[in-house]
Amino acid sequence: MLGFIRRKIGAGGSSLLISGQSLQWTCPAVSALRSYSSGAKEMTVRDALNSALDEEMSADPKVFLMGEEVGEYQGAYKISKGLLEKYGPDRVLDTPITEAGFTGIGVGAAYYGLRPVVEFMTFNFSMQAIDHIINSAAKSNYMSAGQINVPIVFRGPNGAAAGVGAQHSQCYAAWYASVPGLKVLTPYSSEDARGLLKAAIRDPDPVVFLENELLYGESFPVSDEARDSSFCLPIGKAKIEREGKDVTITAFSKMVGYSLKAAEILATEGISAEVINLRSIRPLDRSTINASVRKTNRLVTVEEGFPQHGVGAEICTSVVEESFGYLDAPVERIAGADVPMPYAANLERLAVPQVEDIVRAAKRACYRSVALAAAA
Amino acid sequence: MGLSTAINRSSCWSSLTRHKKPPLTSPSTQNPRGPAQNFCDREALFSSYCFESVKAEKESNSLNDVDHSQVLDFPGGKVAFTTEMRFISESPAERAHCYQVLDNDGQLIICSKFKEVSEEIAVKMYSDMVTLQTMDAVFYEAQRQGRISFYATTIGEEAINIASAAALTIDDLVFPQYREPGVLLWRGFTLQEFANQCFGNKADKGKGRQMPIHYGSNKHNYFTVAATIATQLPHAVGAAYSLKMDRRNACVITYFGDGGSSEGDFHAALNFAAVREVPVIFFCRNNGWAISTPTSDQFRSDGVVVRGLGYGIRSIRVDGNDALAIYSAVHAAREMAISEQRPVLIEALTYRVGHHSTSDDSTKYRPVDEIEWWRLARDPVARFRKWIERNGWWCSEAEIELRDSVRKQLLHAIQVAEKVEKSPLAELFMDVYDVPPSNLCEQEKLLRETIRRHPQDYPSDLPV
Repeated sequence: MLGFIRRKIGAGGSSLLISGQSLQWTCPAVSALRSYSSGAKEMTVRDALNSALDEEMSADPKVFLMGEEVGEYQGAYKISKGLLEKYGPDRVLDTPITEAGFTGIGVGAAYYGLRPVVEFMTFNFSMQAIDHIINSAAKSNYMSAGQINVPIVFRGPNGAAAGVGAQHSQCYAAWYASVPGLKVLTPYSSEDARGLLKAAIRDPDPVVFLENELLYGESFPVSDEARDSSFCLPIGKAKIEREGKDVTITAFSKMVGYSLKAAEILATEGISAEVINLRSIRPLDRSTINASVRKTNRLVTVEEGFPQHGVGAEICTSVVEESFGYLDAPVERIAGADVPMPYAANLERLAVPQVEDIVRAAKRACYRSVALAAAA
Repeated sequence: MGLSTAINRSSCWSSLTRHKKPPLTSPSTQNPRGPAQNFCDREALFSSYCFESVKAEKESNSLNDVDHSQVLDFPGGKVAFTTEMRFISESPAERAHCYQVLDNDGQLIICSKFKEVSEEIAVKMYSDMVTLQTMDAVFYEAQRQGRISFYATTIGEEAINIASAAALTIDDLVFPQYREPGVLLWRGFTLQEFANQCFGNKADKGKGRQMPIHYGSNKHNYFTVAATIATQLPHAVGAAYSLKMDRRNACVITYFGDGGSSEGDFHAALNFAAVREVPVIFFCRNNGWAISTPTSDQFRSDGVVVRGLGYGIRSIRVDGNDALAIYSAVHAAREMAISEQRPVLIEALTYRVGHHSTSDDSTKYRPVDEIEWWRLARDPVARFRKWIERNGWWCSEAEIELRDSVRKQLLHAIQVAEKVEKSPLAELFMDVYDVPPSNLCEQEKLLRETIRRHPQDYPSDLPV
């Protein structure tokens, strides 16, 4: 019985807990959202995730990590380095190879009142466990009428890496973001990684946290506020990475970096692009996106995943529903090729969006070039 | 169908003996001493109530008295080698024995060992079994009359439900499949609460979110029923892991059927529970049928009990229609689970007398006389009744009074539940998340506005 009481207490514990799409948040790091304070040092995304896990495990003894290779191996991608040594095998569990199994076990622990962080070696393997993620985690609070809440985080690399082929390269943002009951986050920078992972772990609802393998090794400047252990970012709020006035480019994860590079190129050609880092796919920050489109009147959505029923499709509809009168051009949608990911490097390059694709799309939206049929 | 269990009356401790297999090793080495062997040696102690747990030996000890030139070293430990190429048989010489305490006439079997039950507990057990049986009859009828949309009975499995619940404490967590409402009944869920859930009205703890029989109650430590098969097994292990980390004096019990044991989740849950040494009781209701699939199409093993060995889990097979056997086994399993921090597997052999649900007509795939035989000749409720009557704890007057009273209460509960309003509109949008997100708040506002503007498009009695 105590377990149930604990669960309710645990759920509301942190004053910095942000949930839902409410624009009220009490996070002290608001200023860090838009600019880095002077004296910012760099941190890799890997270290950002590691430090976030470390701090949250230290602050709350109910938080624990489970997944394949997370313990002795220090994590398949070294994200959980040092955690087994620091917290012991009770809180860093090396699981047998059964995503379906250990995801169910994590959900059961969350039912009781613990706060598991379940790692998938890649989200491709989460398909094995998707019944538990959706039917046992996402829907439980609703089906049980609030009696069973599931404060669980599912995290791991998502989307294309480099040369890993079809079964290791799919993006699951659209799949999970279509499910009510889940929250879906897509960090880009180290600050995103720290702030969003901490928010996810503190959130009382199940969160799908989609990282990117190729970003793990990238360094970003991180402010002092962001380094503080109480730092966290609000869930459901996008970040305007670069302000502009001619065209809005929305992106998440690795594509934010590509979009920023595209914006640089576009600037040399006299096009001022506003780049939005979505950070949160569910809830989607429709108000930021629409406000931006109402300002620029043109929209390019960028994602690495398959085009049909993708994130860009949802953003396009949202803008058509809310800001149709403001659009001066059709929405341009950049996505991965509609094929399983090939292996050969030249083919792989053709199957994912490149910076040039984003540049050309922005130009088309600005009527600076003639529209092509079915450009990837 | 494989339900004709050979009950070996002469070996009283047969419950804990593993079925004899041909020796796996060369004749010069001993059979590895496992917990069952140790227990057999302590037969003398068995004359008194003796379910003392047996310390499982570590693998390496088993070969301490063996010539080390006969032993091979591999990851996972040492094994003795053999020059004989002998395959372990796919089926045992004899099926695992089935623990029974009361015979079909409700008589205690000579030299049967069991956990004593007080008159008070026994009478509550019997009353709850009768209540469950009556509730099934009345609600099934209500579905047939169109008053509720769906129902699934527990006929034939009343002993499993009530006796297992009686052997646990309220602090033990229950992760049910869907044929265990009796456990909730034992813990105090009222007939009115059952009825409210079936009608999905606003008094339903589940707020009308789910189909009938998907009961759940935090207060009673009974996790809400979900329709997904066997998903509760790894959930139970996760919860048991949490209990272990909290060092609670409690365990988890989870129920599943013969069909559920085929799911991948069964494998992962048992494996993980054994590796992580968590206090969980896996209770299999092997009732012979998974909708229309008989066990011969479900698996080729000797039922589910033998799979425990495959995972390193202590297991027992019991007569699922014998309330005292179930009570004793669950009681012992609970002690082992908590004091030794280990999982235990219990397979209760029984028969699903009712149809799978109100959407099923089982006479289409099995003979009617077989169903009737099990309903009448093997009724677990009648069997237990004979025992308590023999003890002077029950009589036919009490029987008539109980059945009458329960039936009246159930009919009344249905009448009341039928009239209670359904959940208001706000409940459509609540509980998706901990805090309703702005898009759902907006949708609710829009919906109310639409209803206000176009009342003719909505039922006049829609609760808002």
